[in-house]
Order: sequence, then structure tokens, then C-alpha cells
Amino acid sequence: MPQPTRSPFTRRSFLSLAAAGGMSATVAACGGGSSPRDAGGSGQAAATGDGGAGGYDGPQMDLTFWNGFTGGDGPTMKALVDQFNAEHANIAVTMTTMQWADYYAKLPTAVSSGNGPDVGIMHVDSVATNAARNVIQPLDDVASALQLAESDFATVPWQAGLYDGKRYAIPLDVHPLGFYYNKTVMEEAGLDPEAPPTDATSYMDALEALKNAGIEGHWASPFPFTGGLSVQSLVYQFGGSLFTEDGASVTWAEDPGVEALTWWVDLIEQGYSPAKVDQDADYIALKNGKTAFNWNGIWQINDLKQTDLEWGVAALPTIGGTPAAWAGSHQFVLPVQKSSDSDRAQASRVFLNWISEQSQAWAEAGQVPARNSARESAEFQDLPEQTELASQIDDLHFLPTVPGIGDSMSEFDKALNAATLGGTDPAKALADSAERAQKILDDNAAKYGG
Amino acid sequence: MAVALRLGTSRREGSPWLPYLFLAPYLLLFVTFVAVPAVFGLWISLHDWDYMLDSQLFVGLGNYADLFDPTSVIYPDFWNGMQNTLVFTLASVPFLVALPLLLALLLHQKFPGRTFFRAMFFAPYVLGVAVIGLMWRYLLDANFGLVNSLLGTDIAWTTSQPWAWVGLVAVTVWWTMGFNAIIYLAGLGDIPVEHYEAASLDGASWWQKFRYVTLPGLRPVLVFVVVITVLASANMFGQSYIVTQGGPTQSTQTAIMVITDLGLSRFQMGAAAAESYLLALFLAVVSVLNFWLLRDRDAAQQRREARAQRRAVTR
Repeated sequence: MPQPTRSPFTRRSFLSLAAAGGMSATVAACGGGSSPRDAGGSGQAAATGDGGAGGYDGPQMDLTFWNGFTGGDGPTMKALVDQFNAEHANIAVTMTTMQWADYYAKLPTAVSSGNGPDVGIMHVDSVATNAARNVIQPLDDVASALQLAESDFATVPWQAGLYDGKRYAIPLDVHPLGFYYNKTVMEEAGLDPEAPPTDATSYMDALEALKNAGIEGHWASPFPFTGGLSVQSLVYQFGGSLFTEDGASVTWAEDPGVEALTWWVDLIEQGYSPAKVDQDADYIALKNGKTAFNWNGIWQINDLKQTDLEWGVAALPTIGGTPAAWAGSHQFVLPVQKSSDSDRAQASRVFLNWISEQSQAWAEAGQVPARNSARESAEFQDLPEQTELASQIDDLHFLPTVPGIGDSMSEFDKALNAATLGGTDPAKALADSAERAQKILDDNAAKYGG
Repeated sequence: MAVALRLGTSRREGSPWLPYLFLAPYLLLFVTFVAVPAVFGLWISLHDWDYMLDSQLFVGLGNYADLFDPTSVIYPDFWNGMQNTLVFTLASVPFLVALPLLLALLLHQKFPGRTFFRAMFFAPYVLGVAVIGLMWRYLLDANFGLVNSLLGTDIAWTTSQPWAWVGLVAVTVWWTMGFNAIIYLAGLGDIPVEHYEAASLDGASWWQKFRYVTLPGLRPVLVFVVVITVLASANMFGQSYIVTQGGPTQSTQTAIMVITDLGLSRFQMGAAAAESYLLALFLAVVSVLNFWLLRDRDAAQQRREARAQRRAVTR
């Protein structure tokens, strides 16, 4: 809702009652439909039950495919879709890309009004929520048609697709956090750009050398990107976790969490980072040669490749005692459809089946394939940056896959923000936020039936 | 159809339904998009409502009770948002009321290029909030922004207080000033020239003309501008959402942002609806107060006296 809400309504209804109504309308307008599960029923599964393996020979079918690939990965996905369309005369897939936040807010309303896309993408930590909320449908048939086996996937992305004993998502990729460094800046400070630091001691030495050369070497972002992802990684490195494994309790206020956030805030206090870093400024600083190090997502590889920067990427240095890094995972999902059209269901599965096998092309977009076999392939090994980050695969950490887990993560980001910008003591910031997050977890557990 | 109705009934009176016929299009929109959602929203606010789930749990006034229970999950965020909304409204409304008035006075003068300047000052208002938000996020960037570079300062416009508010208020003023100025211009055009001539003949100074002719002549427009600006400021969302992401430490997270997040990201529709109604109640009270404070006291006095006279005469 933009700031000047100056519709004729508000103008005429002086007493603001219209404004009041308009506001609740935003919320209420979404309450129209009954649960799509009532409408669609269990007739959601493909009529043929082959999960799309048998192809599609029905009438011309137009499919919609929604995702949030607004970055360098978007064009690659678009090219894959175009290739699919060229190879399938009777199916035309239209891809729509929007910001992830908008996507997650829009998808349920679209599904409940019967306008949901045929195929979608979801992050690993959103699958359970959307399964619980009847936004996406089970696709066991596709999984078995693709002969997916747990042994071929990293454990968490695989497990994340399961909810209530059914499979709701097919893993596409794993996208870990990595350690990017600007080689030119490192040389300015007399550091060897071919030997980036790998542990706490060498990392601190490097930052000190940079500081002596007048460079703030690692900008500590107060925002979820990249501060939140970095501090999460550090929590795991110091031997802690954000939640208990069952996702029932918040654990980030324990000692490892405090150590992690303290280390992050100390970057500022020791002069390795400016005090109030803006959104994305940490990454821009790396590109502009203002800083040497930035922990950022694997999705930046293609962006950096387009510059003439001298840069490198490595696994995160081990600051705590254990190698560990944050990671997310993109997964394919089939949103619930209100009308059960078996041709449509079949065509959607054919597309899903086809595109989930294009691991290598997707890896070139700057992601790590979810399949072990694809990661070990010779083609993937030819992508040096991706391979470097894929080396962390056994040390990657994901959020527990319980419905509504993302709601409580916003509390973690608040603690980061308060400690990094507000000067709040890390232990207090984390304890306060953990207390609030625990309440959210409890509420969600009750809401989604635990 | 309207013609048939007229022919079928008294020519002078018209059908009694005729006015409703003309009202119907607006009424239909109003009922569909304002009245029904407003009532339905009340119903939602009495539930633990998630439109994707099969059953909605009735919680009575529980959601409202939570808003007054400091230990509830939604309490701190909501009241923090309300407080931020108040800060923004108090900080932005004086500028948004006064500056456009000055601008309108300037643009009301006759000078070459007047239309061009009128269009120029109105131009930012045409832009969507996403455009101005992104643009100013880059301009105000503390580390690489143009604003710091031009001013030769080193201010964290989006990540420190009070600068975040200064930035957001300035952006909002720049963005919406033209709209209020246009309203004022229309009001200025309605003030009869004779009033100014009479004032000149009586030897009124520029200030006296402004104080005793312009301001009273603008009163209805001024009331409109104040009420609409307070509401618009209290509904601020996009600027904070894009420029500061509600930061630093949620200090620019407005009530609407809190409600949106709760309702559309965390899908707690019932609690979000309850928050909406509480905010609406506040805004209704504020609007009534505005009317009351800005009412024409002289005119009200005159009306009272006239009534008293009439009573005296009839008695």
C-alpha cells in the first residue's frame, strides 16, 4: 500500500472510516475462498500416475511457472524453459518471476482463488509451511518416476521435501554461503591473493594486515543479507544451532550464538568494518575495492564473472571450531489446483520431470546441484567456483523443516540488527529475540498441529 | 431505462429510485470493496484465522486482548509500530501542510514558465513508491550514496537514528508535496479577487492579506489537506519498507508494516485484522479531533447567535 492513499473513497469519507475499511480490506480480501483442499479433493494426482515420465500427448496446454529468480539465475531458468517449450510441441510454459517475498505472499492467495501457477519453486524452509497450509500438493508419483533416491541427495534438502509422510518437493539445488575475496585489495595489504585465510588465526591476521593498510577488510552487515547468513554460519561453527533438531525450541541464545554474534560485532569494534553498513553495501564495497572479504551466497558468482574484478571464492574460513556454512535449497513444487484437469496435471509433471533433470545447466547459473551424482560429474567439476563451494556440502546447515519456522527467523534478524546497529549487548539481544521466537514457534506448533 | 422510469412517473418529481440509480455504480464498489470487507474483517478478527486452513478457530476477543497483554507475541511489535507511526506522522505532517502552502503561494503568482514549474513540483507524485523508494535508497546510501557525496557528509541515512527519520520525512515531503500544493492552488483560485482589492484599499500589508484573506479563504481546503495528510502519513508503508527495511532495529517499522507482516507473511489474519481495527479506531479519533480543532469558530459563533436571535424573535 503506497503512502498517499488518496482514492476517491478516502477523499469522500472524511472520517477515515473508509481508510479503516480499506485497511482491513487488505487483510479480509484474502479470506474469500474455502480451503482449496476442499475444492480440489484428492483428485490432484496425475491420472496416469507415471509422474510425467510417459510424456504428454493431450491437447495443447499452456502452463504457468512462478519463481523468484530475479538475480543472475533468472535468465538461465528462462533459457531452460525456452528449451523445454521447443522440445515439447503441445506444451507452452510461461515463466513469471517476482521477488521472493512477494511470491510467498501471493502464492497462497492465488491458489485459494484458483489462479495458482502449475509449477513453482520454493526454498527448503518454506516447503513444510506451504504443505501444512494446503498450498502445494504431494508429488510422490513424480519422485518415483524420476527414481529419486535419498542416497543421491544431501540429507536435509531431501528430508525437507517430506511432510506428513508424503513428498511435496523435488530438490533442484543447494546454495551455500561462500567466502569471496578481492585479490587486488589483498595485494595492496601485502597478502597472498592465492592463499586466502582458512581459519580464525589467519583470518584475523589478514584483517589486521588490511587494517594497517587502511582498509576495513570485512564489512559487518546488519541485514539478513549478508549479516544474518554469516552469523548463522558462525553459530554452527561455534558448535551451536539455531533450533533443536525437531524445530520445537530456539537455541540461538546459548553460548555458541553469543560467541558468533560477538565475533561479528567485534569486526566493527576492532576497526575491521565501518559501524553502520547499508543494505548490500558490504558486497558493493567488495566490488569497488573498498574491502577485501565478503561472505555471500553462491548466486553472486555469475554477477562477479561479469566484472573485470580480480576475485576468488573459497569455503568459509573456520572461525569457530567446526567447519560450517549456511545453505538454502531451491525445490520444485506443484501448487494445488482448484479444478482437477488431468491433462493439466500430466503436462505439469512432464515439465517438472524434464526440468529437474537439467542439473548441469542450472549449475552454470551459479548453484550447486542437489544430486550427488550431478555434483560428481565431470561437467560440474569444470566449474571451478561452484566446485569450490560444493566442497562444503557435508558442512552445510539448513533450518529444521517444520511449518512456520521462517516466522521465528525474523526474530534472529532483529537481534543481529539490534546488536550491530543499536549497540545492544549480543547476549541480551539474542536472549530477548529467542524468547519472542520461542513464543512464535509454540503458536505455530499449536496452529499446525505440532 | 432511466428515460422509461421518468416517463412512467410524475415528470416533476422523477422516480424516487432515480437518485439511487445514479448512486448505484459507486455504491456497488463501496459495498463490495469497503463495506463488506470491513464487516467481514471484524469477523476475521474474532478468529485465529488462516484462509488456507480448513477450520478457523473462534477466539472471541482474544486477538484484541493480546494487543493489551505485554507478554503476548504481537504486543511489542504492534505498539512499537504504532509509536513509529506516531513519530512519522508528527514529523512529516507539519512539513507536508506548510511547505506545499508556501509553494502554492509562489506558484499562484503570475510569472513566465508558471505552468512548467507547477508540473515540475507535481512530477514526483506521479512516481510509484517502489520507484522513489529504490531511487532514494541508493541516493541515501551511507557508504556510496550521492547525497553524502554532494553534502560532503558521512551520515548513515538509512541505518542510524535520527537520520533515518530525517531521510524518510524528506523523501516523503519531496514526493507528495506537489499533490498538496495542487489542492492549495485550487483553493487559492477560489478566493475572490475583490477581497484582496478591498484589503488593499484598506491599506493591508502582504502579511495582513495572507492572515485575514488567504488563510480564512483556504480554511475548507486546509482542513481537507490536514486530514488527508495525517491519514496518508499514518498509513506510511512503502518508504520504510524499501529504504530502511523498518530499521535500524525496527525503529522505522510502521504499524501498517507490522500488520502486513503478521497477516500476509505469517498468515495470522485474525490478529492482523484486530491490529487493523485498533489502528483504524485511532485514526478515526484523530480525524474527528482534526475537524474539531480546525472548525471555523467565528462561523460557529455566528450560527449560534443567529439561532439565539431566531429563538428570541419567535418568543
